[in-house]
Amino acid sequence: MSAVTPKIRLRGVTKAFGPKVVLNGLDLDVWPGESVVVIGGSGTGKSVLIKNIIGLLHPDSGTIEIDGQEVTHMNAREREDVTRKFGMLFQGAALFDSMKIWENVAFGLIQAEGARRRDAKEKAIATLARVGLGPQVGELMPASLSAGMQKRVSLARAIATNPEIIFFDEPTTGIDPIMGSIIDQLIVSSVKDMGATALTITHDMDSARRIADRIAMIFQGRIIWSGAPDEIESSGNPHVKQFINGEAHGPIQMQIRA
Amino acid sequence: MPILAPIGRVTIAFFAVIGRVSIFTGHSISHCVRPPFFPRQILRQCIEVGFYSLPVVGLTAIFTGMVLALQSFTGFSRFSAESAIPQIVVISITRELGPVLAGLMVAGRVGAAMAAEIGTMRVTEQIDALTTLSTNPFKYLVAPRLIAGTIMLPLLVLIADVIGVLGGFVVSVFALNFNPSAYLNNTINFLEPIDVLSGLVKAAAFGFLVTLMGCYHGYSSQGGAQGVGQATTNAVVSASILILLFNYIITSLFFTI
Repeated sequence: MSAVTPKIRLRGVTKAFGPKVVLNGLDLDVWPGESVVVIGGSGTGKSVLIKNIIGLLHPDSGTIEIDGQEVTHMNAREREDVTRKFGMLFQGAALFDSMKIWENVAFGLIQAEGARRRDAKEKAIATLARVGLGPQVGELMPASLSAGMQKRVSLARAIATNPEIIFFDEPTTGIDPIMGSIIDQLIVSSVKDMGATALTITHDMDSARRIADRIAMIFQGRIIWSGAPDEIESSGNPHVKQFINGEAHGPIQMQIRA
Repeated sequence: MPILAPIGRVTIAFFAVIGRVSIFTGHSISHCVRPPFFPRQILRQCIEVGFYSLPVVGLTAIFTGMVLALQSFTGFSRFSAESAIPQIVVISITRELGPVLAGLMVAGRVGAAMAAEIGTMRVTEQIDALTTLSTNPFKYLVAPRLIAGTIMLPLLVLIADVIGVLGGFVVSVFALNFNPSAYLNNTINFLEPIDVLSGLVKAAAFGFLVTLMGCYHGYSSQGGAQGVGQATTNAVVSASILILLFNYIITSLFFTI
């Protein structure tokens, strides 16, 4: 596998906010077509990791490569070209609440790819159908949808432009287990159908097992373990064991006071 | 030395804010003049800033013109200068009251709404979503608002000027028994292009400042509903102060240099 260029490669990525070091020399490779799930407790830097890769944050040091291209020092225009490869499902869906559902899904097609509104609407309705939503939903506003439906719309928006890399930020947070399972299945089928590479962050272990080709655990700003989902129970790593079993006592000391 | 530390902190914080606003302003202006443009967004903001502000600006202008005529009459009658009322009304409205009051009303209506909308988009990650959809938030959110504010406020002020003078005319003719044609003649003959032009230049500056403050505070908001509320307040307060400050600066540039 080492002869292939990783789709995403991070080396020694560091990010601090004031005195708080969130990413501390993090290394990670995500290979083409692979679905990697990064697990870890709240506040361990999972979202910061994704935001650094996407370009919403800039690392203090280290390198981030997309398709072998170092992106941390790119100018805005070069960065925009790289961003066209991305799709993202946000934790809170982040739908544009002033637009109809179909306009949300078609946004990337119209603004980034310059598609005509009529064509983009047809594509948006077809993409909504892929995530199990009928054409009538396209005419609704985001506020009139449930959290689960909003996640599905957000997934449709993320895949509408057929991105090469899709990021999923806590895809099952805030929705019931059945809808969570449906969202996971949609993620797996969407990613496999498109042949996309996926990087997901979550602390939902059921979701991680369903989505992942490989699971990586982040702790104190570094990846401390990485392996296939069926290896995680026998990882031999006490941090991983404590996390997946949800044990209060162990090497991970949760901060319970501010 | 304990007194120096807080003074230093406040001074550093003040200059940090000035620096952030300056960078935001430069960044915003550069996106206003570089393609791609979003004409649909610009049109939408023009309607929002211009058309929907018309009732509140019009009402403000007409009552201001009416009160101005009434107050001028009661004051000027003390030294028999009532005949100057048409001139006082038209010069006050076009040079000062039209642009300043319209600016303040638009700051309260539009600046607050922009800060709230963009602030909500910030805290709900909608602005991050724009970036992941290869759309620069400055181009899509900020530039259309700045362009709309700078174009539409002069148009609003032009209408406010007419309505304000009309308000003064109505009170003067129907309540103070002025001759209508003499009133209009005095108004038109006394008015010079620089009076209107200075007001429109002020209006363009105020429109830019109001929308800039709305966008800046919305874009910088943090921490959920409380942060958005704070951003809204800050947008209105800072825009109002800047309007009064720049009103003095532009007035002195036009009429004292």
